[in-house]
Amino acid sequence: MALTASTADDTLPPVGSLVARIATFVRRNPTILIGAALLVALIAMTLAAPWLAGDPFRQAPINRLRPPSERFWFGTDQFGRDVFSRTVYGARVSLIVGLAVSGLASLIGLAIGLSCGYFKRIDGVIMRVMDGIMAIPSILLAIALITLTRPGLGIVVAAIVIPEVPRIVRVVRSVVLSIRAQPYVESAIAGGTRTGKLLARHILPNTLAPLIVQATYVCASAMLIEAGLSFLGAGVPPEIPSWGNIIAQGRTFFQIAPWTIFIPGAFLAVTVLAVNMVGDGLRDRLDPRLARRM
Amino acid sequence: MSPLLEVRDLQTHFFTRDGVVRAVDGVSFHLSPGETLGIVGESGCGKSVTALSILRLIAPETGRIVGGSIRFGGRELTTLSNEEMRELRGHKIAMIFQEPMTSLNPVLNIGTQIAESVVRHLRLPWRAARDRAREMLELVRIADPKQRLAEYPHQLSGGMRQRVMIAIALCCNPQVLIADEPTTALDVTIQAQILDLMLDLKEKLGTAIILITHDLGIVAETCERVFVMYAGRMVEEAPAASLFAQPRHPYTRGLLRALPRDEAGSDPTGARPRLTEIPGIVPALTQPIPGCAFVPRCAFAVERCRASPPVLTETAPAHLVSCWETARVAEAVA
Repeated sequence: MALTASTADDTLPPVGSLVARIATFVRRNPTILIGAALLVALIAMTLAAPWLAGDPFRQAPINRLRPPSERFWFGTDQFGRDVFSRTVYGARVSLIVGLAVSGLASLIGLAIGLSCGYFKRIDGVIMRVMDGIMAIPSILLAIALITLTRPGLGIVVAAIVIPEVPRIVRVVRSVVLSIRAQPYVESAIAGGTRTGKLLARHILPNTLAPLIVQATYVCASAMLIEAGLSFLGAGVPPEIPSWGNIIAQGRTFFQIAPWTIFIPGAFLAVTVLAVNMVGDGLRDRLDPRLARRM
Repeated sequence: MSPLLEVRDLQTHFFTRDGVVRAVDGVSFHLSPGETLGIVGESGCGKSVTALSILRLIAPETGRIVGGSIRFGGRELTTLSNEEMRELRGHKIAMIFQEPMTSLNPVLNIGTQIAESVVRHLRLPWRAARDRAREMLELVRIADPKQRLAEYPHQLSGGMRQRVMIAIALCCNPQVLIADEPTTALDVTIQAQILDLMLDLKEKLGTAIILITHDLGIVAETCERVFVMYAGRMVEEAPAASLFAQPRHPYTRGLLRALPRDEAGSDPTGARPRLTEIPGIVPALTQPIPGCAFVPRCAFAVERCRASPPVLTETAPAHLVSCWETARVAEAVA
């Protein structure tokens, strides 16, 4: 026993230290961890949806408006569809919209923000355009886009991305402006560094931390806006189960069947909370003034 | 020997809401290969702007070189394209700045920051550039260079960071190193080490140095030739020994008299005489100054000084002064 213990001591320190480091990380960053755990669970649920849940479209008039039970965990709606299955599939829409919007808005915003912050000549014009775009409400934009084309996930993503881009642009631009004035950038220019390399190597890395934090907030707000749009009928087509659609369709009967509204609502709230927790945790973690060695 | 760098009648102006600031107003000097030239003057006299003008680093939104010529190795720098200028910066003419604490990028390790310049200018592959970076760290006497390559700026002290800056500046074997107050942010013992290092490397590599400072002590120790600037103009240029032995311009004289001296210790009571200051303040550079810029603060000023600007003339071998009243100033010194 003593022998195995000592061999374990000899071979295991890396693993032991890894476990210890993870434990330290958890202790110091509870928000990131709780948020991330919730998100991982949600993503796992979405991926496992075909095995986990039944058919979200199957109507069974005989089972209309059943309260939560052993057979229907979250009850049924006015067409007898299983709210649990619909909620599980609905997570797909929220996650896709959240990720697509934050990803697209970050990429576009980063490109515009970098150019605005670095090239002073175009800064004034582009920033005024951004202010203008920021003033467009995403709901009106979505309605306008849907009247122009057909409703769909792509339209919803576009309608949310457009007004979110200026938020990212502002964050990136302000960081670029402050980094640009840093002596090490001046020093790099004095060393003959080309503009592209200067942006990629000396300016871009400094913008990533605030960008990632901002992207999580955009992700959370995109999920909320998507639910709002779907609830109003300006979002994803009503036949697709999204949390906003489920809530919208349950609205008429919510006094006799409140589960059709509360359950997708609770999922939405928890998801947005989880994303925001990750965002807050990352903000604390990535801020160099607050960051400590792990 | 033909000069490596020759600046003639350089004029750099900034265009502000309050008017045109004549930050550098007719500066001429030359630098021979391997020479150390000091530029001295108080804050705002145009020392740094002169240096930035040589590398054409004046932000075009705020100011530009409006006149004069800068010739380097037979090429006229004021008319080079931006791309040609970028090839030159950090390669043939390198510059180090005052702030070692912030002149390094906090998110890149030391090795990358040195190697980057080597890859850029000497077109070496990354692996060879890393080796060169390690050699450079050895050259600037940083202990354990191999490990330091992987470290980040925050893990280094101020003196070490300035050594890294010197390593970056010298890694491509520049012909001219412009050091803009390289030791101002460092404490005195480190200052001495850094200056020693720069002079030592100058001997080894044959780099000419332009040392910009407001510290006359540093100039006396390190420079072969010095020129003094006041309000964007040159007032005196001389070999360092000659300048300190016999300052010929009233401003230089004032600067030297404002330095604490050792001979005060010979006073039996141990009391030190009060230091003399130069009365008045630097004139606003937004107004054109018709005569000598130093007139309002000068004890020797006469009508001619107000009316027409003095010309830089050689009063002793290699000792140039821009003053109408050198004879009276010399009498007063003696």
